[in-house]
Amino acid sequence: MNIIVCIKQVPDTTNIRIDPETNTLVRSGVQSIINPFDMYAIEEAVRLKEKFGGLVTIVTMGPPQAEEALREAISLGADEAVLISDRAFAGSDTWATSYTLSRAIQKIGKFDIIICGKQAIDGDTAQVGPGIAAFLDIPQITFVKKIEDIKDSLMRADRMTEEGYDIIESPLPCLITVVKEINEPRLPSLKGKMKAKKIEIKKLEAKDLDADPDSLGLKGSPTKVVKIFTPPPRKGGQILEGEAKEVSGKLVELLKGEICL
Amino acid sequence: MSIKVITEKCTGCKLCVKSCPFNAIEIINKKAVIDFDKCTLCGACIESCKFDAIVLTKLSPTDIQFPKKFDEYKDVWVFCEQKKGVVQSVAYELLGKARELADTLGVELCGVLLGENMKEEAQKIIHRGANKAYLVDSPALKYYQDEPYSKVLVQLIKEYKPEIVLCGATSIGRSLISRVAIGIHAGLTADCTGLDIDKKERLLLQTRPAFGGNIMATIICPNHRPQMSTVRHKVMKEAAENKHHKGKIIEKNYDSNIYFSRTRLLDIVEEIEDTVNLTEANVIVSGGRGIQSPENFKLIEDLAKTLGGAVGASRAAVDSGWKTYSHQVGQTGKTVCPKIYIACGISGQIQHLVGMQSSEIIVAINKDPYAPIFSVATYGIVGDVFEVVPELTRQFKEALKR
Amino acid sequence: MDYLLTEEQVMIRDIARQIAQEKIKPVAAKYDAEGIFPWDIVKIMAASDLCGIYIEEKYGGTGGGAMELVLATEELSKACGGISLAFAATALGTFPIILFGTEEQKNKYLPDIAKGKKLAAFGLTEAGAGSDAGAIATTADKKGDHYILNGTKQWITNGGEAEVYTVIASTDRSKGARGAAAFIVEKGTKGFEFGKKEDKMGIRASATRELVFTDCKIPKENLLAKEGMGFIVAMKTFDQSRPGVAAQAVGIAQGALDLTVQYMKERKQFGKSISSFQGLQFMLADMATEIEASRALVYACARMLDSGNTKISKDSAMAKLFASDVAMKVTTDCVQLFGGYGYMRDYPIEKYMRDAKITQIYEGTNQIQRSIIANHLIKESAAK
Repeated sequence: MNIIVCIKQVPDTTNIRIDPETNTLVRSGVQSIINPFDMYAIEEAVRLKEKFGGLVTIVTMGPPQAEEALREAISLGADEAVLISDRAFAGSDTWATSYTLSRAIQKIGKFDIIICGKQAIDGDTAQVGPGIAAFLDIPQITFVKKIEDIKDSLMRADRMTEEGYDIIESPLPCLITVVKEINEPRLPSLKGKMKAKKIEIKKLEAKDLDADPDSLGLKGSPTKVVKIFTPPPRKGGQILEGEAKEVSGKLVELLKGEICL
Repeated sequence: MSIKVITEKCTGCKLCVKSCPFNAIEIINKKAVIDFDKCTLCGACIESCKFDAIVLTKLSPTDIQFPKKFDEYKDVWVFCEQKKGVVQSVAYELLGKARELADTLGVELCGVLLGENMKEEAQKIIHRGANKAYLVDSPALKYYQDEPYSKVLVQLIKEYKPEIVLCGATSIGRSLISRVAIGIHAGLTADCTGLDIDKKERLLLQTRPAFGGNIMATIICPNHRPQMSTVRHKVMKEAAENKHHKGKIIEKNYDSNIYFSRTRLLDIVEEIEDTVNLTEANVIVSGGRGIQSPENFKLIEDLAKTLGGAVGASRAAVDSGWKTYSHQVGQTGKTVCPKIYIACGISGQIQHLVGMQSSEIIVAINKDPYAPIFSVATYGIVGDVFEVVPELTRQFKEALKR
Repeated sequence: MDYLLTEEQVMIRDIARQIAQEKIKPVAAKYDAEGIFPWDIVKIMAASDLCGIYIEEKYGGTGGGAMELVLATEELSKACGGISLAFAATALGTFPIILFGTEEQKNKYLPDIAKGKKLAAFGLTEAGAGSDAGAIATTADKKGDHYILNGTKQWITNGGEAEVYTVIASTDRSKGARGAAAFIVEKGTKGFEFGKKEDKMGIRASATRELVFTDCKIPKENLLAKEGMGFIVAMKTFDQSRPGVAAQAVGIAQGALDLTVQYMKERKQFGKSISSFQGLQFMLADMATEIEASRALVYACARMLDSGNTKISKDSAMAKLFASDVAMKVTTDCVQLFGGYGYMRDYPIEKYMRDAKITQIYEGTNQIQRSIIANHLIKESAAK
């Protein structure tokens, strides 16, 4: 079973703190990490490989230093890694990103399953997974919290919904996006780390993709960012003082009207 | 968009270096230098610079060349999500906002409804202010499925050419619209919290949070139609119902192969554990590490029940196995914006804050007066959750006569 | 300090650190309070290839030695000195096989240990034979193709959890220490049972139990080395493992210091964080220096071992002695710096003090270590 996992390198927000005095973000020393949802995607792919055999290929589109993320994925049990990097891709929105990734996946070759994290924590769009599926014209199952079974080229999986989950069956090849609940990612292994150090990362540039140049990067992106601003920070309010009984009384008074409405 | 450092103004103070989330700035010869391979134009450095030495040249709508004319595209559409044959409240919220947009543009507001036996529901869409309701009624559309829904919507859009399409940023909406946008080569902006119109250029100004809500971006789609957005639930105000409002229901039917789906929906499982859905709730009571055990969550549940609200949990509580993942609020869980959010024994790590800081009123109860949660709380109570929460339940019960 | 680790050693340290910080730290207090054996952590270590870092590649390991063992033990012990023992005590039980095992014995036992499928334990101590190991009363009588074991081993780390035990027993009590031999005994062998689980002051996530042998019949192939070599096996094993205990002590001390520095930055008294008081700063500086000195001694010792140097007894005794005394002192001072909170079980620091104490006692009390060192000094002086 050939599995492709699409990952993204993002800034590690776990190290971001709010400066209590200015109420702004303290970003110093923020490291780049693999998007947390993609960690579940990698783990699920490796588990499927362990169960059914096959090959796990990790794909990322990003600047040259995204290679680190690919090597980390190898240390977690993936087999091959492809870096899609070119200045022509800079400024891609989700449409252009989906297009570029789908072109690259077609170059990589035959696959049975594509796995993506449900969304990236920096952009939070959740659009690229379904976008890739649409470009490749394959079925998708989004927000998967469990793969029930794969048999006779059919995958059965649970898609999370607001109320619970749907059980969906899809023929292979298909694309799934996964949520945190699907598994607990393993830590890197020593043999994996040694492999990650040595492995040759395959690199794809714009010219390698047989892509329409007008569909790449900023030029190929239908959406344009016109303004970026920091929202006014939420200010801390009133601290209620007193014993449990007293403060509860105060809070009930303050909120009673809001709750009745 | 482009970014540059005005070297005459730069003092080499390194503030921007520290502020950059992508490590894209270096000080070379006492001046800031941006590595464009790493820079994502997020603008964090601009805010950090005390000397106005970094400028982001923004595209203003007027700078953009408009190669195409989009005269044939008109009307504002709302995809009206239905579950079990009932139009979801998020659709009514979007109809409220979309009415304003349509009026500004001087066009019609149309609802799009896919399902089975949905005529009455289509009428409700009219009552919420739509001029038209496009209804595709088929047993094949009874339940949401990616492929038939996206193919039908693509077909409708191609046929009627709306200039704006809005959809709720729900799990269905996000799965559906992403596919549709590819199919018709439209721009799509995810999870918007603000929508406005640039009247002169007839552009939809879409504002959305990024980076966990710490940066806001306004996005346009100048060269493609329709302009599409998914919109966050509970941000826009619901359209009022007016049973006298008149509109036209346009029923469409398609050849059966458009309804074909490669995936099959085998079952819909509702987890009855909770009566109130987190993203729908007006009140959420959440517990964190300070709750200490699954049994103690009963206190949180009691308060939530008293207030008619839902139960949330921090990542720490979920990772400890005290609550299931579906209750998790925050970066790797759900983003919520209820009217009242009560955080009990939650310290308020940034990953939690990004999931709930757009709530209208935040109440924090924590024994540590320095907990970061207090910096966003409308009302803070420094105290023992095990004393305060039961007391709150008791007093609310009394006050609300429940 | 830069100890010029190899690339692979850095990887091992990083993996062990990640396991310690992400997996052990969150459960350390619970496992300590409830005395839970950390099988879940052992599984994680196995999946990360940590279990075979001191075992040759041909037996399924990654081919490292004492230095690799020391690095991993130190990192794991930073988070919990008890949980790290499941790993370190397995090494102790495995060294006799690595050092004295035949090719058959190695092929039979090492691969499963390297993969983390099985844990090992070492059984020497008895009720009447602690520091005086020559007094062991467990007997092994040869009957044809078998040995029959009788007796009870006390306070055996990993007891009951391990599958593979290396046990010292006497084949000829009249010869005292020279009558001892080492045997491999598998869990499940008829006549081999476990006594009660001890309720300990510290390292409570580690299992400590009696090994009870009642006419326990083991094949003669399970004899390690030769009859009469039992004490050589034990002493050579301890030479190898003492840097491991010392590394556990370094880890406990460093873990406690890290928590303390963090706490002192946050804790405010007289309007200032207590880390700004010079008297307390001096304590921090002393602790950090002593820990670094013990680490340097431990690493030097481990490298000596890995270089094949066998004259290690004095040096490994010094490393164990010094590092464990430092750990006890540092953790006591850390509790002091936490003040009243330090004495409370709600805070993690008192556990480090409880865990540190055992490092001065087991694998030869520190008084025995001093005797070893002094005896060497006197011998060396006589040889001049």
